[in-house]
This record gives sequence, C-alpha cells and structure tokens, in this order.
Amino acid sequence: MIELPCPWCGPRNVSEFRHVGEATPRPDPATASPEEWRGYLYLRRNPSGWTEETWYHSAGCRRFFRLERDTASNRTQPPGVPS
Amino acid sequence: MSAEPGRNGATSGSANGLFSGLGKGLVNGLGRISARGGGAMRGSANGSPNGSANGSPRNGLARSARYSAFSLLRHELRGSAEWPRAWRTHELRDSYDVVIIGGGVHGLACAYYLAANHGITNVAVLDKGYLGGGGSGRNTAILRSNYLTPEGVRFYDRSLELYRNLAAELNFNVMFSRKGHLTLAHNDSSLRTMHWRAEVNKLQGVDSSVIDPDEIKKLVPYLDTSAATRYPILGALYHPPGGIIRHDAVNWGYARAADALGVHLHQQTEVIGIDTAKGQVTGVQLAGGRQIATGTVLNATAGWSTLISDMVGVRMPVQTFPLQAAVTEPVRPFLDTVVVSGTLHVYVSQTDRGELVFGASVDPFTSYSMRGSLDFVEGLAGHVLELMPALSKMRLLRQWAGLCDMTPDYSPIMGKTPVDGFYTDVGWGTYGFKAGPVSGETMAETIATGRPASLISAFGLDRFERGDLVGEKGAAAVGH
Repeated sequence: MIELPCPWCGPRNVSEFRHVGEATPRPDPATASPEEWRGYLYLRRNPSGWTEETWYHSAGCRRFFRLERDTASNRTQPPGVPS
Repeated sequence: MSAEPGRNGATSGSANGLFSGLGKGLVNGLGRISARGGGAMRGSANGSPNGSANGSPRNGLARSARYSAFSLLRHELRGSAEWPRAWRTHELRDSYDVVIIGGGVHGLACAYYLAANHGITNVAVLDKGYLGGGGSGRNTAILRSNYLTPEGVRFYDRSLELYRNLAAELNFNVMFSRKGHLTLAHNDSSLRTMHWRAEVNKLQGVDSSVIDPDEIKKLVPYLDTSAATRYPILGALYHPPGGIIRHDAVNWGYARAADALGVHLHQQTEVIGIDTAKGQVTGVQLAGGRQIATGTVLNATAGWSTLISDMVGVRMPVQTFPLQAAVTEPVRPFLDTVVVSGTLHVYVSQTDRGELVFGASVDPFTSYSMRGSLDFVEGLAGHVLELMPALSKMRLLRQWAGLCDMTPDYSPIMGKTPVDGFYTDVGWGTYGFKAGPVSGETMAETIATGRPASLISAFGLDRFERGDLVGEKGAAAVGH
C-alpha cells in the first residue's frame, strides 16, 4: 500500500483514492480532427518514470487533484496548485 | 534443462520441476516412441545443428538427446546428476533476419514457428532479463477459449488446440491438465453475459454451457453454493476444455525447440534503441554499445511494450498495470476445476503439486513496480473465503506481481505498424499466456508472408483509428 499526498487531507492510503489517469488535455470537440480525438480517447504516454496524473479522493474530500508520481517506484511529489 | 531460475508462482524450484516434468514424461514418452519407432532415439552424436538429417524441421531436436522414457532411464543408470542444458548460448551475430524483443512465451513461440513453419532460422530472441521472467512466468497458467466475441473465441480456441499437442510437438512435457473451467455468476447481469458467451461459443464449436448451482456443487463440493452468502452463486459458465498448464515448461519447451532449429536466444540483452531509415527498420541498439542490423523487429514485451514502441515513434493505446497473484502451501487434491468469479475478483486453481493458485484483477492504478501489497492479500483472502469457507486454515506461501499491458477494448494489438518492418504482438493485458502459441503462429505467418494472418486481422493497431474495437471486457476483465 502506498500513501498519496492529498492537497486537502494530507497523506492517505491509496485505497481511499481513484486513479483517473494521466493528465491529458481535452481538445475542443468543435475543431478537433478525428486523429486528435482518437489520441485524447486512447493514447497515453505510459512512461516508466515520473508522470503527471489526476486522482480523485473518493473516500475523503471527494475532490480531484493533480499529482506527480514515479511509475517505476511509486514515489510521489506533493502536488502543485490544485486544478 | 537449463538452470534458469523459475521465479514464478505456480512452480518454484527448477530442479524439482525437472523431475516432476520428466516423471510425467515417462508416460508420454512411451507412447511417442512406439509411434515413431527408432527415430525418436537419435542421440547427441548426430552433429547436424538443425537436425535436418531427415529433412523435416519438426524433428529437429537431435542436437541433444530427445527426452523420453529411455533417456530418463539412461540418465539414471549413468548416475550423472546434471542434465545437459536445454538450449545453447551464442555469440551475437552482426545481423539477423528477424529480431524478436521479449523472451516470453509470445516471443519464443514466434521464433519457433518462424523456424518450424516458415524455415526462417536466422532469428534472435532478445530479453533484458531471463527467458520467461516476465508475465510468462508470473501468470496463473489458466487456459480457456470461452470468450465473448467470435474473433476472440476463434483465436483462443486455436491456441488451446496448439496447447493440446504442444508436449508432443516440442518433446517437452508441459503438464497440461484439462480440468474444466467454471466462471461463476453472482448476479443477473453476469448470468446474462454467461448465456451470451455460451451461445457465441457454441456457434464457434467451443464446448461451453451455463449450469445451475446444483451442478456446480457436484463439480466443486467445497464451494459455498447456499443462498445465505453475501454474493449467492446463481449459475456458472462451464467450459470443460479449459484447464491449467505448467507455464515454465511452455517457455522452456519453446526455447529448446527454437534453439534446436537454429534460433539464437540472448538473455541479459537489453534493447535501448531501434534504428530506422525512410520509415523502415534497419537495426537495433543494445545496452553496452552493440548494434545488430535487421529489417524486421517484433515487439513482444507485454508490460514494457510502449517503451519499445516509443523507440520508433509508434504510439499505442496501452497502459501498464500490475497484476498480483498468490499461492498457498500444498494440500491433498480436492479441487479439480478452475473456479473464477468476476464479481469477487478472484480465480482459484489447484496445481499438480497441490498448491492453490489465486489471482485477481489488475491493481487499481498504473505502475511498472512489481511489488506485492498487503491490501491485495487481505482482499483476496476475504473473497476466497466467501467462495470456499473451508479454506480458512490454509496458509499463503508467497505472492508476486507481473505487468499487464492493458488496451481500451481488452483485445491485443497484433500485426504491422506504420513503420515498415516493425511488428507488434502486445496489448496482452491479463490474458496473454493462454494466447502464446496462437500468437506465435500467427505472428510468424504475418512476418513470413507480409500479410496479417486471418485469425488476427481484427486485432490491428489501425482499429482504434477506425473505431472498430473488439470488445472483450465482458470475458477478459477478471475471468482468467
């Protein structure tokens, strides 16, 4: 079990959170090409190393936040400005 | 038999496995020898490395003595403790016709079928660790073909057919036990999916049917089929051809057979770059500075597959999740069916040695870390006891994790890519081991002919552009 630093609740067990996934900017549906939309839907960087993710504290404050995590070691960095 | 460490779940020591494998081989071997006559006993004196004396690459295992009842007896009478290594080590060549990245069951099977079916023997299998050290040695070794889509059912059924004949084909006892496979339904919606799967299976000629709790109780008396449980069992999809196999033996058998046909197996050989020129693969770069020239590269690296594809700029809709499993101490045989519950996220089988092997769904977040976690074991134990309360005194021996390359539709990504000569056999998620033989066979055909084999034409990378997904979540998310 790893701990995640929730910006509002502090460090909590990962079982309290839902992993939303890699932070992927959403293209404008009105102007996005099919390729851009496909990339938004399906493609992720899936790096072995540091990545920026969205998490949801479902069993706590029930807020979304951004987090940097090293996917190889599961170390985390305290989040920056919540979004 | 090589002394490759068997770091895996269902089996542990390679020495132990050697004996259990060959002990069973005694029985298989007798039948084979009588069928093939003296030809089965060509000794190691036969100098042809490809065993091509009789012109058939399938009988190319002449380099070292074939495993048989006689070879076991002869070994015992000589009193020699060591068996010869099952495959050789080679110097790296400067160029290969085909370079396969990933020495698991998919890569090894592809190498074997390239050599055996298509005569392409200038092939290298590269692995940054040891052969069968990734998902191929970490899975729970369950085989079945009762999938949800016609494409999936056809594909996995061909794999089961190859697995059935694998021991004879590879001259290596893979210990396939066709125990039958039960997928439990605990609610109406999963019962509906079971009926759906049963009908799709029957249409494809696969033996599958939905049975009621009384019939389940007859098959698995230790299951709590009463209505008083938290998740009462309403029925199950019963799939008699399913079963379990010894996954290390499958890896080693393919490695040995591929080696005998001239394929080079390079362990501890990490690929750090892939060279391309004008959209065509020209070679691979290895850690330590070596380069190999090749026009064809197969990515068969499962959980690490996006790291390899990134080297040629091919982006794939794959995310890497750990999947954990655990095994108990051995007990007397009492469970002769594979039991799977999607609702409870657990599957249970008993190995030939008596250990119970448990698996679950993937971890709830992406990671390349293969560490086990206590909350996994706690959840698993609770779910197992929900199904079989009598197991409460069983002790877990160990737990482990492997990496799963999950795709959005729970189907693999196989075939060509936008880069010429770069092939993928990835996206194997939690169901890759059972597809090993057919993936090897179809990828070998695809590489040899340059056209996707018909069985995998639905699994191309381009299906995500077309929005033509092959939704297998209903049969692949937890059901193994």
